[in-house]
Amino acid sequence: MKKRVPIVEEITVLSRGDFDLLLNMGEPKAGYTAHVRSLDELLERDRRREADGFPRKIRVGRLIKPGKGDAKVVVVPTTVEEKLIHDPHFRPPDEGDESLGGTGEGEEGEVIGESPVRETGEAGEGGAGQGEGGSHEVESSAYDLGRILTEKFELPNLQDKGKKRWLTRYSYELTDRHRGFGQLLDKKATLRRVLETNLALGRIPDPQAVDPNELLISPEDRVYRILSREKDYESQALVFFLRDYSGSMAGKATEVVCTQHVLIYSWLMYQYERQVETRFILHDTEAKEVKDFYTYYNSRVAGGTRVAAAYRLVNEMVEKESLAKDYNIYVFHGTDGDDWDTDGQEVLPEIEKVLTYASRVGVTVAEHAHGSSGNTEVERYLKKSGLLENKPELLRLDVMGEDAEEPRIIDGIKKLIS
Amino acid sequence: MELINQHTKAIMEGCKERARAAGLRFEDETLEYIVTNRDLLELTPKLMIPTLYDYWVHDVEVLKEKGRYELYPGNPYETVINTRPAISFYNDNNPDWLNVMIFYHVLAHIDFFQNNIFFRHTWDFDLTGQALSDKRLVARLRARHGRWVDYVIEFARGIDNLVGYFEELARYDRPAATPASRRFDYYFDVFLQDVKKVRTSDYIREVERYNACCKDQGELGIEGFFAEVVVKYPEFEALYEKSLGQKGARTTDLLQYLMEHSEFLKREDNRWMLSVLQVVRNTSVYFQPQIRTKILNEGWASYWHERLFLEDDRIQGHEVDFARVHAGVTSLPKVGLNPYALGMRLFEYIEEMADKGRYSFAYQKLGDAEERRRFDAKTGKGRETIFAVRANESDFSFISRYIDQDFLDRHKLFVAGKRLNRARMTWQYYIKSRKAADYRQMLVDDLYHPPRINVARDRGEDGSLYLVHKFEGKPLVRDYIANTLLGIEYLWGRPVQLETSEPVPAAAASSNAALAGAFSGVSAEREGEPAHISWRRVLYTLKNRELSKVPLS
Repeated sequence: MKKRVPIVEEITVLSRGDFDLLLNMGEPKAGYTAHVRSLDELLERDRRREADGFPRKIRVGRLIKPGKGDAKVVVVPTTVEEKLIHDPHFRPPDEGDESLGGTGEGEEGEVIGESPVRETGEAGEGGAGQGEGGSHEVESSAYDLGRILTEKFELPNLQDKGKKRWLTRYSYELTDRHRGFGQLLDKKATLRRVLETNLALGRIPDPQAVDPNELLISPEDRVYRILSREKDYESQALVFFLRDYSGSMAGKATEVVCTQHVLIYSWLMYQYERQVETRFILHDTEAKEVKDFYTYYNSRVAGGTRVAAAYRLVNEMVEKESLAKDYNIYVFHGTDGDDWDTDGQEVLPEIEKVLTYASRVGVTVAEHAHGSSGNTEVERYLKKSGLLENKPELLRLDVMGEDAEEPRIIDGIKKLIS
Repeated sequence: MELINQHTKAIMEGCKERARAAGLRFEDETLEYIVTNRDLLELTPKLMIPTLYDYWVHDVEVLKEKGRYELYPGNPYETVINTRPAISFYNDNNPDWLNVMIFYHVLAHIDFFQNNIFFRHTWDFDLTGQALSDKRLVARLRARHGRWVDYVIEFARGIDNLVGYFEELARYDRPAATPASRRFDYYFDVFLQDVKKVRTSDYIREVERYNACCKDQGELGIEGFFAEVVVKYPEFEALYEKSLGQKGARTTDLLQYLMEHSEFLKREDNRWMLSVLQVVRNTSVYFQPQIRTKILNEGWASYWHERLFLEDDRIQGHEVDFARVHAGVTSLPKVGLNPYALGMRLFEYIEEMADKGRYSFAYQKLGDAEERRRFDAKTGKGRETIFAVRANESDFSFISRYIDQDFLDRHKLFVAGKRLNRARMTWQYYIKSRKAADYRQMLVDDLYHPPRINVARDRGEDGSLYLVHKFEGKPLVRDYIANTLLGIEYLWGRPVQLETSEPVPAAAASSNAALAGAFSGVSAEREGEPAHISWRRVLYTLKNRELSKVPLS
């Protein structure tokens, strides 16, 4: 018998006819999405990285279109190819302001234009009508993001916590029509169908003078009302997003807070089957309501900080619009922990008041890298007040560094909402 | 993706004839494809090379771009890639006159790719073919090694900006080295400077002695010179022999260094990784000149599409349409930078200056503004000069050599600053400087400049890899260091150390003061001297996938 020689597979990179292949490369057979791995597959691959001992790389990113009212959010995966590169944001302090190119008339030192720092939106524009039309886009994408967060990042599921009463309820009503059988004969609809049938059969010579006795009645023409299941949205969620937008928040702290708030919003959107309303409040020393997420995300001022103002505004809004009885109210507050009200004399009464009606108050402190950890005003007075221990079901605090990565932010959400 | 139709191709061929007549030089064959938005989305992450190897980051990019496109639909008029034949991509449905303009633009790009010396290393092969074979190789490896191929690609791409592009380029047009000149190079470049560390005056004396020997003894001069060297430094010959053995350790090219010296990659099981590294490195080196010639290349293309379009007899009646599109592409923004606009104006300026013979001492020494304005030596060297610029410069030399005060004044260019006005709560834009030096600096600061990171061969302890970042006033992005070093550690197989500079964090107290200052509406900077940054050297060590950092004294 001949001994079989194992065939060593040669790795060859060139094959015969490469050139022809190139020339004949026509249109791809399938659409490009067929070649591209889906988001789910990519996330699966990312999970496997951890098992292999490498950090995860894919983040679920968001793109927000600048624009008021019709702000549009699209959920996309993002990843950064990390390299050793010079920090493009670094500028030596003695160099001062940002430099750009420019052209036109004017002397050195002359101001050639300015743009407002504080958005001049219609602050405090109340009412439930925030963001019609275009905001649907936000919702549909945020819903997907919520699903991904719940499924992929194992965020807790409200349904699993036995809080079904917040979700949908069904009632049965005689609203649907059905031909042939049913609970209640709809006489008018039936007569109309009978007439149609007879007209079609040519049994009515003069439509002006119909003789009811001559009409043929088919069983199929009988129209009934039938009991049907109707979805009844019993409860809705109302989420207040509070953000410190004072000078000290600039940069990463804002990014962390906004990222977390988008994710929370998306998660609630999924949990409440889209029945979520949002109110956005920005505060420095004063608080104001802004009408959309875009403004919420992008506004920046350089002022001081009074946290009390924000909670006071929430209380006012809830009282004035009597929201407490209709909604499950959530309040999420993002800050870098600075507060002029150092021992919380003003804030704590306001927070306690919020706790009387809110389902959850979640406070996120994004600490600055340069400060010492665990030493911000907000963290100190909240801990001192004892509210965290007394009402753990209502008030949660999460402290993270301002350079927290997405996994940490998602962990933070778990802390705030679980 | 399909080829343009015959009618449009005929327009392209017509453009080629006219462009050639004007002096542009490019190969005969070109390929033009009409692409849909979807094709573009798919091609962009692959650097527009349809045959580039597959990698999951590209898929992420495609999904992201798809999302972005939903929000900001918009496509470039054209994209050209530097292949043989050159391939260009177009949107559907351009009217003929617009195609004429775009084709001229494309042809100028092709001319640039094929004549600028920074692209020298891309002239001898076709990237699409190369990429296709690479793609097959990667696919084959993936079938065998699964996701580990993607890890290796990832780690290699993590350092694909440290590839020693200029060393690669320097291999061309280098005079052949003879044994004699190698000894000579070693003696003057390495031995005297690095080993003996002689004083400058002694060094010059040696040069003079060498020249004297050559003059006096002719052919035998070199031998005579080294005979004396050996008398003076008996160890020289041994060191020289040793240095010959060490040749080729290119310590500035980290990827190459890993390929040549990593014990981990030399193991039988891991040898396949070398080919992945090679693919990543080649691709990176190929694209290095693109990022370094942005202003030059776009300026060149804009310059020519304007000239050639206006001279073209086929497009009469569309001058106004052209003017609109052209102005959209090449207008100087009030604030901001447009490489098309800047590059085109600079080419026009250089041409005029050279036509009038102003790149001469006679002009430069003139102090009188009026005389300078009227100076015209009528040398007519304009065209010749801009063709030379196109062939020999990169963005850096283009900017620093040719942007001068006259250019700034002519186009009213300035450096704009942006600052916060606390009283009015606005961002103010103001004219910061109209000096040419400041403007050049602003442009240069914006150019692509990867960090210079050397392998210090003698400093790694216990087989670890010691990297030294040459500090140039900017820190590295700190967040990226851990994962990049992680990749290097994997490829090296042993711990990796990186020496770099970081700003010393301001003491907590002073930063609180700064914050308090910000709150009360008084800038901390205005109160006293601007804060000075102090730097310190730090050493990052990545060992067993854990990062640690210690300051160096």
